[in-house]
Amino acid sequence: MSVTSITSVLTDPGFRLPLGDWVDAGVDGLIATFGGLFDLIRTVLIGGFEAVETVLITPPMWIVALVLAGLAYLAKGWRLALGALIGFLVVQGVDQWGNAMASLALVLVASAIALAIGIPMGIWAASSDRVSAAVRPVLDFMQTMPAFVYLIPVVIIFSVGPVPGLVATIVFALAPGVRFTELGIRQVDQEVVEAGHAFGSTPRRILRQIQLPLALPTIMAGVNQVIMLSLSMVVISGLVGAAGLGRDVVSALSRVNVSLGFEAGLAVVILAMYLDRITSALADRSPVAKALRTTSA
Amino acid sequence: MPALRAEGVYKVFGRRPGEAVRRLQAGASVEDVKPHGTAAVIDASFEVADGETFVVMGLSGSGKSTLIRMLNGLWRPTSGRVMIGDTDISGISGRELRALRQQRVSMVFQHFALLPHRSVLDNAAYPLALQDVDRTERRRRAGEALEMVGLAGWEDHLPSQLSGGMRQRVGLARALAAGTDILLMDEAFSALDPLIRREMQEQLLELQQTLGKTIVFITHDLNEAMHLGDRIAVMREGRIVQIGTSEQILSDPATDYVAQFVADVDKTRVLTAASVMVRPAAVVTTGAGPRVALREMREAQASAAYLVDRDRTLRGVLRDDDVVQALRDGSDSLVDLTRDEVTAVSTETLLMDVFAPSAETPLPVPVVDDRGRLVGVIPRVTLLEAMSRNLADPTTVSADADPAALDGTTTEVSA
Repeated sequence: MSVTSITSVLTDPGFRLPLGDWVDAGVDGLIATFGGLFDLIRTVLIGGFEAVETVLITPPMWIVALVLAGLAYLAKGWRLALGALIGFLVVQGVDQWGNAMASLALVLVASAIALAIGIPMGIWAASSDRVSAAVRPVLDFMQTMPAFVYLIPVVIIFSVGPVPGLVATIVFALAPGVRFTELGIRQVDQEVVEAGHAFGSTPRRILRQIQLPLALPTIMAGVNQVIMLSLSMVVISGLVGAAGLGRDVVSALSRVNVSLGFEAGLAVVILAMYLDRITSALADRSPVAKALRTTSA
Repeated sequence: MPALRAEGVYKVFGRRPGEAVRRLQAGASVEDVKPHGTAAVIDASFEVADGETFVVMGLSGSGKSTLIRMLNGLWRPTSGRVMIGDTDISGISGRELRALRQQRVSMVFQHFALLPHRSVLDNAAYPLALQDVDRTERRRRAGEALEMVGLAGWEDHLPSQLSGGMRQRVGLARALAAGTDILLMDEAFSALDPLIRREMQEQLLELQQTLGKTIVFITHDLNEAMHLGDRIAVMREGRIVQIGTSEQILSDPATDYVAQFVADVDKTRVLTAASVMVRPAAVVTTGAGPRVALREMREAQASAAYLVDRDRTLRGVLRDDDVVQALRDGSDSLVDLTRDEVTAVSTETLLMDVFAPSAETPLPVPVVDDRGRLVGVIPRVTLLEAMSRNLADPTTVSADADPAALDGTTTEVSA
């Protein structure tokens, strides 16, 4: 086919690149082929979410709040613990505690799964330039595709409820886990890795004893990013009926209810700050980060 | 059998390394093979004897770091063989290579390469952990290694709490704790400031006297190479241009490049007393009397003579006025007349260490061998002259200079 015939096809007003149709057909095909797999994913996600949510919601509010504040105390100190406690009281005060805990459960489950996939992917990508080159555009796609767009096929596959929200969140939050892990491992001083080889260590032991510990501060920054992205996506997944703060935000939006929107939004901010401070405090507590802060005696 | 041997080793990085090696072997230059790959090491062959310190010296980019990494298989040679004892390491499996690194070859790195999150003791014990040595034994052996390098008491500190020199001592202790016979040291002291570097060199020499490891030491510092190396290989653009002792390299540089390189070396740190000493002019054995001693001095036109036993063991120095006095007093024992004013130096003493004894007395400094026998003397003027000749032209100084000419110098000075 000559160039002119291609341009004539493309400029024909009746022509349209049927990309959407193909994706449509692809999704249908997926459901037909992997129906069993999707059922399994649904069961696992629902199970995980409900287990975590039960733990967070069943005890009285003040016990959960004290435990969370206690974690903040262990991770950083009494100031963060006090701040967290005040924040949780505010959340309770605007009657968003139940929603906040549902959102927290979604974030924890989605982040855990995103990290369980992302960190090994990052390790793999760090060990091979080819894998790294193949993974990078996929990550770009996952991270920059507008978040709402994920929801559409996910809803078709998993219908409404927490599961499509979780799946969309995992996909959206996966990228920084992979990226930071790869970056962290690649940044490890090559001479130290070489020392591992020179004394006769195996690649697996070098990964465990040298690369991962030295990359840990960077990996923890990735963990922090994964959790933050999860939280932002969990709110968006309120659109597809995922429980939690997102649902109130969405309903406030549709009813132009400023006060409800603000209250739910504030609860999101408090949750975000809590998760962010805890994970950055944990990053600072990694042995390597601590060792590097120690100066000459 | 040599502890370590390289035979025609090539390393080429790039797309077609095999082709590049074939062309280099056929006589092509590094520039010619550029399209096929970058040649880092070209046709390196050498042997390192058991207990020897072999220094590979070259500027950055000369391929010395690549070369040392082929000696423990961190890089595989593109062509050629590397033998550790009788094992050809280019042909062995990953598992065998790891076992070899655990048991035969350890390494010290330029920037120390310590684990920042582990204590000094755990760092030193790292190779032992890899060898699956149990915890108590491993801590004991790591502790011993740390004590050897003078770091006892620092076991529980983190590397970041130590100075550069101390960190490298941990690196050295780690390599010693591994208990291997061969030690590869990659620019081990180059990241340290000059005073600390000097200190570490002395410590290494001291340790080496008791441990007798086989050491391959990489450096870009010629003074360091000359100071530490039993033999030195000079590398340039991937090729070894000369292998020899520091004196051979100083006095007989193989190429203009080496000559230029050694031109600004501080030769007093390299040349030994044996290389500049001359035959002593007046020597009297203990059996002789004062008359014989005076005749010896007169013939040599010297104001003093060295008194030696029958087997030439140095007993001391006789001054002419003392001998004349003894003759007047009718005494005939020379041993009572000797003075201890002259410090003897050994044949291995570096010239830099001869200056002090030489300054204490106008007499020539006696040189004795390891059994205390007088083998030569270094008159002050000979010392100075040797130095100035060295500075002008490194090729003229050598241990086997014409004895007649040297005798002339001696008499002149001791008169």
